[in-house]
This record gives sequence, structure tokens and C-alpha cells, in this order.
Amino acid sequence: MHVPSTVAARLPIGSDMDLTWIRQHVRQAAAELGFGLVQQTKLVTAASELARNTLVHGGGGHMECTPVARGRIHGLRLVFTDSGPGIPDTELALSDGYTSGGGLGMGLGGARRLVHEFTLDSRPGEGTTVTITAWASGPPYPRRAL
Amino acid sequence: MRVPEHETEAQWSPSREVGDFLRRFREQIAQRWADATLFRTVFTVSRDEAVEACKVVIDALSVVAASERIEDIEAPGFAVVREQLGRMSASHVRMGRTPAQIANEVAALRVPVTELLAAESRDLPTERVQRTTLALTVLMGTLRLAVMETTLTEGEELIDRQRQQLLEFATPVIKLWDGIVAVPLIGTLDSARSQVVMESLLEAVVAQQARFAILDITGVPTVDTLVAQHLMKTVAAARLMGAECIVSGIRPAIAQTIVHLGIDLGSVVTRATLADALAFTLQRQGTGAAVGVSAEVDPT
Repeated sequence: MHVPSTVAARLPIGSDMDLTWIRQHVRQAAAELGFGLVQQTKLVTAASELARNTLVHGGGGHMECTPVARGRIHGLRLVFTDSGPGIPDTELALSDGYTSGGGLGMGLGGARRLVHEFTLDSRPGEGTTVTITAWASGPPYPRRAL
Repeated sequence: MRVPEHETEAQWSPSREVGDFLRRFREQIAQRWADATLFRTVFTVSRDEAVEACKVVIDALSVVAASERIEDIEAPGFAVVREQLGRMSASHVRMGRTPAQIANEVAALRVPVTELLAAESRDLPTERVQRTTLALTVLMGTLRLAVMETTLTEGEELIDRQRQQLLEFATPVIKLWDGIVAVPLIGTLDSARSQVVMESLLEAVVAQQARFAILDITGVPTVDTLVAQHLMKTVAAARLMGAECIVSGIRPAIAQTIVHLGIDLGSVVTRATLADALAFTLQRQGTGAAVGVSAEVDPT
């Protein structure tokens, strides 16, 4: 399958308007890579959660969007980077119901459940990087237990 | 290279010379500019007004030149230019002109002044004339930038105003039946939008004496935790006012996403479509009415 060049992008996260832009870009990119409607919605929702975390907790940053492929299966990798205060306890932050900002406390853990691969890299004072990958039709290898 | 007027060379500067030139030939330049497209199309009624507007701009430019900040778009003198030309370019934009057209019209102001400068400085040394002309060109370039900046800011303000209007118009509250109101939500449900939705819904609950309120999210592309939280808050607020809230329009993809996210919507009545939600409320209302009737009949 031909991968359109519009998929790869680096988008800023600095305002609510940027979140709208990110959702639209991710939805379009996923559709172009052949994601089904459910996979699209899941990935867009995860992107929305993580982009909002970048904005609200990280004080803004950016998202990098890269198409990936393993064999014939296409996927989309999204990297959210901020240089905010970082997360002191990543396990606690990932647990459902824990919130530091008045939300539902489901965003980070929920985003992890919505995608196939999820890595959270954060050091206090040095910012946070969250990398997620979703595949158009299930991961092309056995899924590691979360 | 020949250096003229040794004693004043230390003080001589091309931009001050430009400022001096603009002051001396203020009237002539204003007369020429008043016929330029940029001014002529705005001041259609009176040419004198156009000349006055030109003079304001020329005075401001000569202040900028005198302060030797001809390349600095932030120079104090440009504030006046911004105000004057900003108003003009705003009316240009309203007339449907593109920023590129406005940029060209501002660029067209340069030729009359440089021609006048060339004609008036025939007797001066060539090198000095060249440097003065260059400074004047730079100043006109900065003027063009200042006008473009103003034009674009005007565009941003327009977008902001339209966004405000969208906030109000995109959330109509519809009366579906006696005591049943519905809000079809469309587009992104951010904090500002959901605040407007909640307010207009609660107002409608009071105004229509509604017992049921339906929030239809068919047109909401993404339901993440923030949107879910907003929905739950709206439902809770409506409940406090005595109205039962139903969330309808939950598509299959959205339903699966909500489950994966781990959001518990158990406390909220949900339906797949608006029709289902209406049927549900009518049924509930029907039994309520029946109970009311039987209560009246019973005492016999």
C-alpha cells in the first residue's frame, strides 16, 4: 500500500485549538493507512488524552506522527513530548482514578488500553515523552502482557 | 570614493535625510498618494480626506526615519501607521480583497516617492542620493510589513469573533415534546463549548419546565475522558434541577472506546439513537401521566 506523505508530521501542542488539529490529523492519517472506524476512533481518543496531558500537565509541547510498517501491516506511531515538570511516580499516574488535575483520572491508563504499544518516559524536572503505536489490524506479533 | 561635506559627514545619515525629505515634500507626496489605489478605494467620497490620511502616514514615516529605526517594525512611529492603515486595510478586507492585493497596493506607494526624491536631489552627489533612496526603499518595505501585520491581525480577530458566534449558535436547545428538550451536540466539545451547552440546557429545562433532557452526541467525533466528564457534569446538574438526562447517539466505535478508556457511564441513561431516547422519555412520561390520571380517578 502506498503511504501518503501527509501522514508524517510534527504538530505543536500549545492551545485547545491545537488539540482539535491533532485529532483531525490523526484521524485523517489513520484513515489513509487503512485503519477501520473503531481503530481510528480509539487512536484519536488516545491521542486526544495524551495531547491534553501534554498541554495541561506538561505546559505544552509537540506531537510527532510517523507511519510504521511491519511486513504488510501498517501502523501509526505518535510521540508526545513536553518539557514540563515530569511525572514523579509513573505507576501511580497510570493507575485508574488517580488525578493531579481535577479530571477523571482515566486518561493515561485509558490511553494505554486504547493502543497496542505504550511507553511512558518521564523524569522529574526533565519533561515527559509518551510513545504510542497502533496497528491497522491487530499487532503483527504476540502482544506483551501489560 | 568622494566624500562630500566633510564637516557634516559624521552627523549625516541616510534615514535622517529621508525623514527630512518626507517633512519637506509632505504636501506633494500626499497629493500623489491620494490617487493611489490603496487610498482612492477607501476614500471614495472626498479626495481631501484621502490627502489628510496620506499626511498622517507621511508624518508617522518621517518620525520613524528621524529616529533612525527604518527597519524596525516595532518603532513608535508605526503605531500611528498601524492605526490609520489598519482601519483602511480592515475595510479593504471587508470589501473582499486578499492580503496579497493589499500588499501590492502598499508597494505601489513606493514609486511616486522615489521618483520625487530622484527629481528633487538631482544636484546632490550620486552616492548620497543612492544611500538616501536605499533608506527610503527600506522604510517603504517596513511600511508594507506593518500593513501586512495589521491585515493579518484583523483576520485573526475575525476568526476569534466567528469562534465566539459558533459557541452560541452551535448549541440550540430543541423542544421535542411537552416537557422534553434535546441538545444535538456537534463538533468538538471542549471546556468552553460544554459550559455553553450546560448553561443553555439548564435554562431550557427551567423555561420549558422540562422533565427530560436529551443530549445527543451523534455529531461529536471524539469522546475522551474530558468530554465524558463534561457530559456527566451536565447530567448531574440537570438532575439537580429535577430533569432526567439521557445521552443518545452513541455510535459503536464510541461505545467501544468508552469501554476501553474505562469510563463508567453506569449512572447515566444512554441510548443508541435520538429516536430511542425520545421513545424512552415518552414511555416514562406516559406512565407518569397514567399514574397522575389514576390518582385523580382513584379517590372515588
